[in-house]
Amino acid sequence: MTKTLAEVVSAHPLLAGLPGQTVATIAGCAQNVSFNPGDLLLAESDPANTLYLLRRGRVAIEVHSPGRGPIVIETVDPGAVVGWSWLVPPYRWHFDARAVGAVGAVAVDGACLREKAEADPELGYALMKRMAGVLLERLQMTRLRLLDLYGTNSAR
Amino acid sequence: MTPVPHRVVGRRDETDDVVTLLLSPTVGGDLRSRSGQFNMLTAFGVGEAAISVSSAPYDDGPLQHTVRDVGPVTHALCLARIGEVVGVRGPFGTDWGVASPQGSGEPVDHELSTDASGPEGDVVVVAGGIGLAPLRGAVYELMARHSRTGGRVFVIVGARDPSQIIFGNDLDVWASEGALVEVTVDVSTSGWTGHVGLVTSLLNNAGFDPVGATALVCGPEIMMRFTARSLIDSGVDPRRIKVSLERNMQCGVAWCGHCQLGPFLLCRDGPILPYAGLVAHLLTERER
Repeated sequence: MTKTLAEVVSAHPLLAGLPGQTVATIAGCAQNVSFNPGDLLLAESDPANTLYLLRRGRVAIEVHSPGRGPIVIETVDPGAVVGWSWLVPPYRWHFDARAVGAVGAVAVDGACLREKAEADPELGYALMKRMAGVLLERLQMTRLRLLDLYGTNSAR
Repeated sequence: MTPVPHRVVGRRDETDDVVTLLLSPTVGGDLRSRSGQFNMLTAFGVGEAAISVSSAPYDDGPLQHTVRDVGPVTHALCLARIGEVVGVRGPFGTDWGVASPQGSGEPVDHELSTDASGPEGDVVVVAGGIGLAPLRGAVYELMARHSRTGGRVFVIVGARDPSQIIFGNDLDVWASEGALVEVTVDVSTSGWTGHVGLVTSLLNNAGFDPVGATALVCGPEIMMRFTARSLIDSGVDPRRIKVSLERNMQCGVAWCGHCQLGPFLLCRDGPILPYAGLVAHLLTERER
């Protein structure tokens, strides 16, 4: 049986457990999208206007370096979120995000979501708490990677 | 306490600073060990270092030790050529609690090992860097169990960059035999198409059933702490998480006290300990 967009949205870990009306509001800004291997979901310095809820496939967060080509900073898998620069000014992507294989996602329009969050503080707060959780997790992982845990001083 | 002379009968360069030595005793029989235990290896004229056994207990081939070049003793061991002799004293310490296909012949005294066939439920092996070495034998034992009983094995490996991934052939073998093998690197390089990110980022999507799962974790201590917390957050019983701890092992028989961690003398009470309770606390306690 085909799931409705609201069902798909509510099944994503970012939004799981939200009240039905809230999910329906978010789903009103959303659409299903798919990408072929190598496609860019978002590109550095472009306007940031989409929250991607990954459903299938892997996405590489990259930055292009002259002479080196794309450098993969991190990869994210189904259940993860791609793109948070739509949330705060100046609404511009800082990195590229590229589909490693075939990718399926829900694309939520950032401007639409911001508008609804402004109008409904309960939705806005719930969304911000969940996005803050994603940001915190990514920040913590980045900090740990900065430690170079497996570097030359480690016997393990 | 006297090292048994072993001849280097083979060596594999795993990375630019990690070498696996294949050792056979010059006299007498093999030193039988259980997965997770360690030996004290002597580079004659230089000193001794505690090195985990990286071969499987039931492997009839040479004893294998995987060594990273991080100090004078390990540097000398890494330079050991085929035909040279090193000393081996051991085996010491506790094991992962996974039984070999034939049975280890030794009591499996871990509280979570339900019987001689090893842990029930999914087994999640998480290794960081050269931390895969003490787990290699255990994974081979788990894969043997998998072929008999179908128990699922998940092997999740983190490395600094693709060039630092050790036991690549073993990872391929385990995957081909039915283990779910995932590898991630902290730093990507050209041509790498796998995961990039912290090893804990792979746990959420690994697909293991946390209820009844057992986790075996080995790597840098910070990595083990964060991995254990992620496993607990995903629903794994902290009592079913085992970590491999390392301090300054010297005597190997709990006499000298150099490897003390709280009430534990890790050469005897470790290196493998359940994460729950006191160990979790000790891993966050500051040195005084």
